Amino acid sequence: MSFSQRGAVAFRGIRKAFGAFVAIPDLNLTIAPGELVTLLGPSGCGKTTTLRMLAGLEAPTEGQILIGGEDVTRLPANRRDVSMVFQSYALFPHMSVAQNVAYGLEAGGMKSRPARAAAREGLDLVGLSGMADRLPSELSGGQQQRVAVARALVLEPQVLLLDEPLSNLDARLRRRVRTEIRELQQRLGFTAVYVTHDQEEALAVSDRIVVMLEGQVAQAGPPRELYEAPASEFIADFIGEANVIDCEVTQVSDGTATVAIGAVQQTVPAREAVPGPAKLAVRANAIRLRPGRGELPGRVLSAAYLGDHMEYEVETDLGRFFAIVAESDTPMPQGSDIAVEFRSRGLALIT
Amino acid sequence: MTRENRRLDLLLLAALFCCAALPWYHIRSGFYGFDWLSDWAGEPLFWPLVAQLSPAQWWLWPFVPLVIAVGLLRHLCAPGPDRGGRLMALGAAGLVWLLVEGLAVGLRGWNWSLWETLFGPVAGQPAFGAGAVGLALCCLAMISFGLAERGALKGDVFVLSAITLLVGLVATFVLYPLLSMFTGAFQDFRGAFTTEGVAKNIGDPQIWSLRCVVGTGGCGVAWRTFFLALCTATGTTLLGLAFALVATRTRMPFKKGLRLMTVLPIITPPFVIGLSLILMFGRSGFVTEFIGDVTGWDPGRWLYGLTGIWIAQMLSFTPIAFLVLVGVVEGVSPSMEEASQTMRAGRWRTFRKVSLPLMAPGLANAFLIGFIESMADFGNPLVLGGSGGVLSTEIFFAVVGAQHDPARAAVLATVLLCFTLSAFLAQRLWLGRRNFATLSGKGDGGRHALLPRRVAAPVIALVTGWSLFTLFVYGMILFGGFVKVWGLDHSLTLAHYVRAFSVSFGDGLAWTGVAWDSFWTTMKIALIAAPLTAAVGLLTAWLIVRQRFPGRGVFEFALMLSFAIPGTVIGISYIMAFNLPPIQMTGTALILIFCFVFRNMPVGVRGGVAAMSQLDGSLDEASLTLGASSPRTLFKVILPLLRPAILAALVYSFVRAVTSISAVIFLVSAKYNMATAYIVGLVENGDYGVAIAYSSVLIVVMISVIGGFQLLVGDRRLRRGEGDARRAAARRIEEVPA
Ligand SMILES: Nc1ncnc2c1ncn2[C@@H]1O[C@H](COP(=O)(O)OP(=O)(O)O)[C@@H](O)[C@H]1O
Ligand SMILES: [Mg+2]
Repeated sequence: MSFSQRGAVAFRGIRKAFGAFVAIPDLNLTIAPGELVTLLGPSGCGKTTTLRMLAGLEAPTEGQILIGGEDVTRLPANRRDVSMVFQSYALFPHMSVAQNVAYGLEAGGMKSRPARAAAREGLDLVGLSGMADRLPSELSGGQQQRVAVARALVLEPQVLLLDEPLSNLDARLRRRVRTEIRELQQRLGFTAVYVTHDQEEALAVSDRIVVMLEGQVAQAGPPRELYEAPASEFIADFIGEANVIDCEVTQVSDGTATVAIGAVQQTVPAREAVPGPAKLAVRANAIRLRPGRGELPGRVLSAAYLGDHMEYEVETDLGRFFAIVAESDTPMPQGSDIAVEFRSRGLALIT
Repeated sequence: MTRENRRLDLLLLAALFCCAALPWYHIRSGFYGFDWLSDWAGEPLFWPLVAQLSPAQWWLWPFVPLVIAVGLLRHLCAPGPDRGGRLMALGAAGLVWLLVEGLAVGLRGWNWSLWETLFGPVAGQPAFGAGAVGLALCCLAMISFGLAERGALKGDVFVLSAITLLVGLVATFVLYPLLSMFTGAFQDFRGAFTTEGVAKNIGDPQIWSLRCVVGTGGCGVAWRTFFLALCTATGTTLLGLAFALVATRTRMPFKKGLRLMTVLPIITPPFVIGLSLILMFGRSGFVTEFIGDVTGWDPGRWLYGLTGIWIAQMLSFTPIAFLVLVGVVEGVSPSMEEASQTMRAGRWRTFRKVSLPLMAPGLANAFLIGFIESMADFGNPLVLGGSGGVLSTEIFFAVVGAQHDPARAAVLATVLLCFTLSAFLAQRLWLGRRNFATLSGKGDGGRHALLPRRVAAPVIALVTGWSLFTLFVYGMILFGGFVKVWGLDHSLTLAHYVRAFSVSFGDGLAWTGVAWDSFWTTMKIALIAAPLTAAVGLLTAWLIVRQRFPGRGVFEFALMLSFAIPGTVIGISYIMAFNLPPIQMTGTALILIFCFVFRNMPVGVRGGVAAMSQLDGSLDEASLTLGASSPRTLFKVILPLLRPAILAALVYSFVRAVTSISAVIFLVSAKYNMATAYIVGLVENGDYGVAIAYSSVLIVVMISVIGGFQLLVGDRRLRRGEGDARRAAARRIEEVPA
């Protein structure tokens, strides 16, 4: 293993079947050393299965898995240089926090004294130095989560795997912990594979997002690329809840395209568009609503007040739109006639 | 990848040791005495395989190339699927050959005359000894190492070895005895094949006659047993339901006490109830005498026969039905009943139309358990059977009685086994399809509706009456031990206890009581068997719950099936299987231990499965991804978390080993006599006083063992919320039907 490959991961032609059910038909994916890659997708799309195959908890039906340039396909979980943070944390309830963290070190043959010392360092890393002698049941959810991370990190694995690590935390804590994980990953520079079904979480932490659908990679790329240039209706909808509508590309020049949305003319980044019918992703916050009539008339179907913004559902000739409007002081009443307009940022042609 | 080679080296060493150092054949005086070491050189019987090799014993030769082939594989082939396949083939070949030669060549030459005409006469050979058994284990290890190298179960050699070992053990100690029993039916005294015994017995009117239905006279023993089982199952189910309803749906006081009753069948040696009934209703029982004194009417010997057995079984098995049904009755979600009531249904209508139908599968379950228990019961019929026994006692008398007809015993045992297995399968099929347990993980609040008044009153009366009767019966046992001669001289005495349990301090401590011998044997054997049972049971549970391997479903099913094998059948099959080579164990402590381990293992498995299902599976996986091997995971993570289940399994297998009789009575010997068998002997001699004194002591000892255990587990409530899971695990294991 050359040093530069430490932490690199590759899935080559991976297929996974449970009996007759094919969970993953053919997966090819490479992850660069030091990268934090998120597997994102709806429930049941095969994220956990992919992660478990990488951990060695599930054997692929076909194909090869490489970690650090070495073929580990046939290696059992306990002999792979990865460690995993489980959704339920899976802390051993009969061991203290320090014992939990030292467990993997001792399993690897370290004597108990140095293992304890290393465990304490690991706990320092996640800011839990004072909690070493508590039982997991005496910690809060967020603290347990950090113990799970520390337990995985002290082994200094090539790759850290995290399966929906935040799903058992409340919304506020989730934001804080995900920042901490990201900071830790950038500071220590390990490779991480992070599974989530929450697009916001994925956008916030990743170097690269791999969106999966029915066991296939639907699109992979940096967060901004996925958001601004979705490759399919599914991606557009899944990342940032876009309205997908039909449009007509009338002209392409200098990297911008002019599209006709009904009677509305709008310029958007061209990407690889060619003149003709196309699909356009319209972000909910790219829609402006004005009372009265306009080029695209519509009617308010429902309106919800959410404090600092309003959410509307609007019926137009082009279909229904979901719109988020930042201004909430003068809401438009349900049933009122309005004009729909678009901002140019937040529109993306689907290619 | 030297790991594979290292373990193969160890295996080779072990195989060489078995072939070159350990005595190949069975040693009559016992292997563990190690007396044989002193005469090792002089006595050819003690020699290992390599010294036994002679042209006359040509069937031993193939083991030499086998071991050599393994050695060659080790040094010529690299580890991998290829070598794995060959290793497996060698292991399987070794096992098959061991089996074939062991079964073919008996003590006096060929076991079947056909072989003699084919291969010529041979001298005989004794049973397998340490060397042969060791080599068999090595062959099993070869198979699992081979599987590991082929990558089965992610190459986890520990799990693979555990599975092959368990399959080997179950095959040897469950399947092989049963098969021996079936073939035993087709053999005459010298082992030659004959259908005479089967033909004579299978149509025997004493077994199958239906004369009590059509015409006059008694029915065959099979029908009588069947009829008894139906009555017992019906009775215990109804009574059990009454108890369960009272415990959960009335405001009757002393409800906690009802739960205590459920331990009774576990701690009571099975014939004790019968014994106590004799003291009350027998010829000289005090109720009989009282009636005689008052009315001058002599009820006679009515107790001895099906009626008496039925009453005894009702007393013995109602607590089991209660245990099953209390879960069922509690499992009916209160919200269903509340929903019904909000729809304007009264209490009675709700009970009849909602609660009862929801309980129906549970009732069927209790019925089938009662049926199987009654069929398998041996102790009560033995004491109360009189002239007309049931299948289990008939089997016993066919072997030990004057008739000595093993073929008859085998046929009867097969009939009994068919009955219980059909009941078990019916239960499985029936329950598989309709399982509307409404119990969910969510606490849905609500309280169970109280019983409608017109049901509550009779049910409470019934339950109170029966509880008093049960108390009375048990009181009788304790009291009976202090009476001089039952029925004749009711003055109080300690003589029976003194005879049974006296000690003298003359010169040093001397156990002079007649009971001590069997008491200590029982304790010793139960103490050895209990940890083995728990270990095998929990290992099996771990494999079933946590490992996915092909055939797991079949494996689990076969294990649960062994619940339904009556002890009598196990006893008879063990003496038929282990009396002659290739495996000879009768008359040793070993056969008792194996019998207990494999008879009680399902208890450990059930308890372990229940406890382990409550453990989050990602705990194991976390341990694996942290780099721990699967044995380390098992010992450091799973077992510590299962401590209450382990303790429960230990205690219950100990208690059941002490109190069981049906299988034991076939397997005891003069040297290793067990308490229950000894007590039955006392009863047969009419020595009721000592028998009862001894039984009471056993009950008291068992109560203290279980009580001590409950205290221990009750105290282990650790921090927040853990205690509940632990207690649930402990409770679960009690719910296993005996
Ligand atoms: N052990 C299993 N046996 C059968 N099917 C499974 C098993 N594990 C997962 N699956 C199926 O594989 C698919 C992918 O599951 P998973 O990877 O857990 O999805 P997710 O993306 O939600 O994590 C699902 O349809 C699931 O039902
Ligand atoms: Mg998942």
